[in-house]
Amino acid sequence: MNTSSPADRHWHREPFISKPVLRWGFWSALLIYLALAIGSMDINWSRVMEGIPRGMNFIISFFPPDFTSRSDAILDGILESLWMTVTSTVVGILISIPVGIGAARNLSVLPVYYICRGIIALSRTFPEIILAIFFVKLFGFGPFAGFVTLSIATVGFYGKLLAEDIEDIDKAQAEAIRSTGCSWLQWLNYAIQPQVTPRAIGLAAYRFDINFRESAVVGIVGGGGIGATLLTAFDRYEFESAAAILLIIIFIVMAVEYSSGWLRKWVQ
Amino acid sequence: MLRLKNLTKRYPTGDLALDNVSIEIPTGQVLALIGPSGAGKSTLIRCINRLVEPSSGSVHLNDQNLCLLGKHSLRSARRHIGMIFQEYALVERLSVMENVLSGRLGYVGFWRSLLRKFPQKDINAAFDLLGRVGLEDMAYKRADALSGGQRQRVGIARALIQDPELLLVDEPTASLDPRTSRQIMRIISDLCQERDLTAVINIHDVPLAKLFAQRIVGLKQGQIVYDGNPDGLTSEVLTQIYGEEDWSATGDHIDSQNLRGI
Amino acid sequence: MGTVMGSDRQWHHRPLKLKLLLWFCWLLGLGIFITCWNKISEKTMWFFVTDAPSQAKDLATRMVPPRWDYLDNLWLPIWDTFNIATLGTLIAFFIAVPVAFCAARNTTPNTFLVRPIALFIIASSRSINSLIWALMLVTIIGPGILAGIIAIGLRSIGFIAKLLYEAIEEIEPVQVEAITATGASGGQVLSFGIFPQVLPALAGISVYRWDINIRESTILGLVGAGGIGLQLEASISTLAWTQVSIILLVILITVILSEWVSARVRYSII
Repeated sequence: MNTSSPADRHWHREPFISKPVLRWGFWSALLIYLALAIGSMDINWSRVMEGIPRGMNFIISFFPPDFTSRSDAILDGILESLWMTVTSTVVGILISIPVGIGAARNLSVLPVYYICRGIIALSRTFPEIILAIFFVKLFGFGPFAGFVTLSIATVGFYGKLLAEDIEDIDKAQAEAIRSTGCSWLQWLNYAIQPQVTPRAIGLAAYRFDINFRESAVVGIVGGGGIGATLLTAFDRYEFESAAAILLIIIFIVMAVEYSSGWLRKWVQ
Repeated sequence: MLRLKNLTKRYPTGDLALDNVSIEIPTGQVLALIGPSGAGKSTLIRCINRLVEPSSGSVHLNDQNLCLLGKHSLRSARRHIGMIFQEYALVERLSVMENVLSGRLGYVGFWRSLLRKFPQKDINAAFDLLGRVGLEDMAYKRADALSGGQRQRVGIARALIQDPELLLVDEPTASLDPRTSRQIMRIISDLCQERDLTAVINIHDVPLAKLFAQRIVGLKQGQIVYDGNPDGLTSEVLTQIYGEEDWSATGDHIDSQNLRGI
Repeated sequence: MGTVMGSDRQWHHRPLKLKLLLWFCWLLGLGIFITCWNKISEKTMWFFVTDAPSQAKDLATRMVPPRWDYLDNLWLPIWDTFNIATLGTLIAFFIAVPVAFCAARNTTPNTFLVRPIALFIIASSRSINSLIWALMLVTIIGPGILAGIIAIGLRSIGFIAKLLYEAIEEIEPVQVEAITATGASGGQVLSFGIFPQVLPALAGISVYRWDINIRESTILGLVGAGGIGLQLEASISTLAWTQVSIILLVILITVILSEWVSARVRYSII
């Protein structure tokens, strides 16, 4: 290698943001933001320090977790969560099928399209937990409020994705069936349904998974399910029971995920 | 008898796909539509069964003006118009038999079709047609398990089980190899002859068109620039349709050479 | 069709065994659903449910008009909410990237030990909602914005790492092969062959998660982990419904804004 001679050409790597002004602007804005954000945080460090041994305690309590001493409450909570998950997934999807079909631009007429898109947007606006707070106010404590919350959340999620799937179908297949002179329902059954079913089943399994995880949360505001048991365990500093509940949740979520992968393969 | 009169289609984007096209096709005639991509061939075919709504003009099939039909009567008119598609357009996740039977959808009620309880006469007809195109053993296979040529045969069976009076064929050989293309075209033209079917075949391949059609219509930018015998397709005419190119190699001698090999 | 003639051929949509199996599955599903519904119904006071419409009407009248002047008390909580989401996402980003590379089948340093551990980290982070992470952290390190940041961070690790490792597993092996063929070391292959391929995905995923985190950090205050949720909780427990409606309005606007920003950024990346 010789040293720089007139013939040498320089090269350096193309940066991710190509305009220098933008690049420096971006990095300095980030720095200023971080300084401001961290500066404005009001953190009680002595309380945090105090928490460290407590955190260690919590981690230790996972070895072994205590499944037995509150086993009745845990079992009740988990079962209630599962009931809510099953019913809300089924009801939510039953409602979202017509809504999703109506919200697919290639299937429905404009007024229906706007109505269905509106329903979807409406049921997606607020986080589940806020809906749960209101439904607990309306329907009283217990799993019914959780069921309604999760059903509505399912409609927003499933209806939107189903509509997108329907809009993505292969147009040629749909056109071919339409050219046979079939009715709209037959067209739906022969041209659309075979194309979207595999994805729709995969999405249903995915939503089941989400609903179970969310069912653990609605309990915190009184919507039934394992969340209430978990809240009590933390309030009483019963870390062993809390650890047990968390492990059960992780285990069920993993089991659902595993079986939904299997289901998807089978449907294909 | 199919009569197109002053058929015009302007897309919302402003493109004029068909410009005042009039054709009269007697029953039993096989007509090939040729022309460069974007000439309006696909649009023309789809305007006949109104998968695309024509902007103006009329389509008469046996004295019925298809353009004036309401939703319901359009559906019953479509039952009598079979259509074969480019890239086959089979419903891939349905079985071969379901794909063929889907051609009967216009004739059976919703519940019957939902439960796949087709009349025995339809099932017999489906098996006969599958036998005719050489796929009798494939009835239970899923459509996406077939090869290109096999899929197009299923597409033919689906169109013919409709018991059509008119066959619309859109680029049937676009994604097939030369040998399979000829086989497919032969099946289509044989079936048209057997059943005295009127057919409009939209095709890229000029030699194939000359070989299997009784009449050729050349489209360019939505207008008819040639209408006549296959023999009349001289180099000058082809230049007029497609533009300047050396056409000497598409003559009949190539055809006859290739044909002997098949 | 009356009788079946000799020349008739039978065709069945599905073989009998499969048909029976499907019927059985449907029945089983129906049974499960009915059982679950009955259990829920047992635990429900139906009187409250039938009374709900009048409750709703009552609540609605008490929520309007929103108390606009309360908006002045909300600027700081909004800033906190934004910080929780952003800093949480940032922390998660730096932890998730190495975890994802350990979890992806084609880049993991060790299939028997490192990969299962990485997958377990992802699964446990994803299984537990950020509100529950917050609940836990509030008990341990006390209420406040720090608990919120860590909760968001812990929840986001699994999300970012999962999507990223799936992207890594889907990269084009040819490009990696080409770099390996030049005699590059493992680290060089990573930075020249793999990282450039997943960079757009990584940026997209992070922005997407940031958008979700804005939504989630608006509610962390319900368990005391800072942000605008604290005001919501306080207003609900003091039955100050006109304040609740203005807070909900603010949350709604924040969520819509963040969704718009994230959509724009992701669009410009792709």
